[in-house]
Amino acid sequence: MSALITVENLTLKFKTDEGLITAVDDVSFSLDKGEVIGLVGESGSGKSVTAKALMHLNAKNAVYTPESKITLHTDDGPVDVLSLTTPRQLNVVRGGAISMIFQEPMASFAPVISIGKQMVEQLQLHSNMTKAEAKAHSINMLDRVGISDPAKRIDQYAFELSGGMRQRAMIAMALSTKPKLLIADEPTTALDVTIQAQVIDLMKDLVEEFHMGILFITHDLGVVAQTADKVNVMYLGRMIEEGPVRDVIRTAKHPYTQGLLNALPKLNDLDSPLEPVPGDIPSPLERPSGCVFHTRCSQIVGPQCSSRQPRDVNVDPTHRVACHIYSEAAE
Amino acid sequence: MSDILIKANGLSVGFQIGNSIFKRQVLKAVDNVTLEIEKGSFFGLVGESGSGKTTLGRALLKAVPITGGGAHYSDGEVAYDLEDISKEDLKDYRKRAQLIFQDPYAALSPRMTVRDIIAEPLEVMGLTKTRVETDERVREIAAKCRLNLEHLRRFPHAFSGGQRQRISIARALVSAPKFVVADESVAALDVSIQADVLNLLKAIQADMGLTFMFISHDLSVVAHTCDHVAVMYLGRLVETAPTRQLFASPKHPYTKALFSAIPSLDPDDRGIAQKLEGEIPSPTNQPSGCKFHTRCPNAIDVCKTIEPQLETADRGHQVSCHRWKELLDLVPA
Repeated sequence: MSALITVENLTLKFKTDEGLITAVDDVSFSLDKGEVIGLVGESGSGKSVTAKALMHLNAKNAVYTPESKITLHTDDGPVDVLSLTTPRQLNVVRGGAISMIFQEPMASFAPVISIGKQMVEQLQLHSNMTKAEAKAHSINMLDRVGISDPAKRIDQYAFELSGGMRQRAMIAMALSTKPKLLIADEPTTALDVTIQAQVIDLMKDLVEEFHMGILFITHDLGVVAQTADKVNVMYLGRMIEEGPVRDVIRTAKHPYTQGLLNALPKLNDLDSPLEPVPGDIPSPLERPSGCVFHTRCSQIVGPQCSSRQPRDVNVDPTHRVACHIYSEAAE
Repeated sequence: MSDILIKANGLSVGFQIGNSIFKRQVLKAVDNVTLEIEKGSFFGLVGESGSGKTTLGRALLKAVPITGGGAHYSDGEVAYDLEDISKEDLKDYRKRAQLIFQDPYAALSPRMTVRDIIAEPLEVMGLTKTRVETDERVREIAAKCRLNLEHLRRFPHAFSGGQRQRISIARALVSAPKFVVADESVAALDVSIQADVLNLLKAIQADMGLTFMFISHDLSVVAHTCDHVAVMYLGRLVETAPTRQLFASPKHPYTKALFSAIPSLDPDDRGIAQKLEGEIPSPTNQPSGCKFHTRCPNAIDVCKTIEPQLETADRGHQVSCHRWKELLDLVPA
């Protein structure tokens, strides 16, 4: 399979009154066509900022280091995302080849414009369809995501739809331009479990049908286990572990990933106590030195944990982890 | 200890909606709910959004008007009938029953120090006479919630989500209540912190002899913390049982569907879940008969016309379904 998007050495800082805040620190990964990557981490881990960087969508005070490089491989050749500046150039990564689904579907639709008008507007921007064609295509898309009576729904407003339906409409809108890459930022977090199960099923069907890549951002490891092919775990802006979903969930290597899995209440074992990851996630203003996780880590190997950043180590050809436990063994 | 602290008897809460005389409608958020909460228990209430679980919790705190049936509170010292409690008694009840909110970012005033936030209930209820006494109570409860003296001087913005939730818990518990409703208290927290707050709630409950009503949409969290669970759907109680029994053998089709919708941590488990079609109907336009029949995979004709009543299936296990007995023999697909 060929790479769809590659991210190399992405480092992103935000300029604030209190100084430069590092949100993403030297992150590299690549996503292939038709592959689903789950990006996991707590709030403040930089997962949403990473995803927004792919669309060059971060706020104006974002500073990218010169080594940061994001390449999108389109049919017309590679595109260097971070060098795009004008709105016309950015069209390709914003709704063209890349679409995004946001967490809160109520906040992502304009409340005073009908669903249909919003869908038609973006189709006209990204394709050369006429208004009538765009509307017919939108109705077709709404039908595909399982919205009943789409010809009627298309003239309704976001507040007239239930939460699950809004999220379906959001997915229909994001997919109507036939993107190569779909970024889904916590698409099921605001939904009830029964509706979440429906949306997950829908997304799986759509991957098969459209053969696109999905970057699935979530904090729910259960959702990742059910949807993703690969998992990337982030903590305080660093990518600390990545690998195929089975390897990462069954044999997690990084103490943080292990901690996340242990903290999860498990239905098949009600007797085991819940083990929280001790401490709180540090403020981005007080970034720990060395390994960013050492302030909460229960498996510290020595002084290097607080002084030196661990290197990425391959525990097997596809499973990488950044932790001193494994870099010692490798040396 | 099998004393009953709170007993709801056919409790209903309705809200009037629509302002024209002709279009006036009553929205039944909680409909004829009967349940008992044992003293010292951790009682879980689960259901999707719109099932009325928050409204039921608030009705038991007398924070929304009770429009039908009643609820009886009795802690050994006092006993109140919540549906027609007097103003004076209500003041006393407020000291005995408290609420912990969902969103620790919205629940704390950004302009008050943590000490003032925790002290406010004491001052409002007149539970302490001097400032020294207040400070002592605040420090005592703060220590229980793992907040140190340095924390008390700061403002909420300086705290992370987990710490803020510990502040909310301290504020709810400072008046030494007997009954606490925790409404989605861990839903806004990250998993690593969530476990920490749950463990804290359990420890405090044992320590102070509290009775908790824990409202949540997350079944795995409920399974790990509660002794007894009640499942709600569209304002009705559909099933209630001791936690282990409910999770080992759910009887109601809705409970079964809820369980199977939880995403499994096993990547090879994909696609075996029993999926529920459609969404929860609008509470203003409720289905006839069994409220769940529009989405139920096992519905038959009688379900559309006659509303099932709670029946006892086992000790402490009640279910409201016409077909639960038949379904026992049915092997799950």
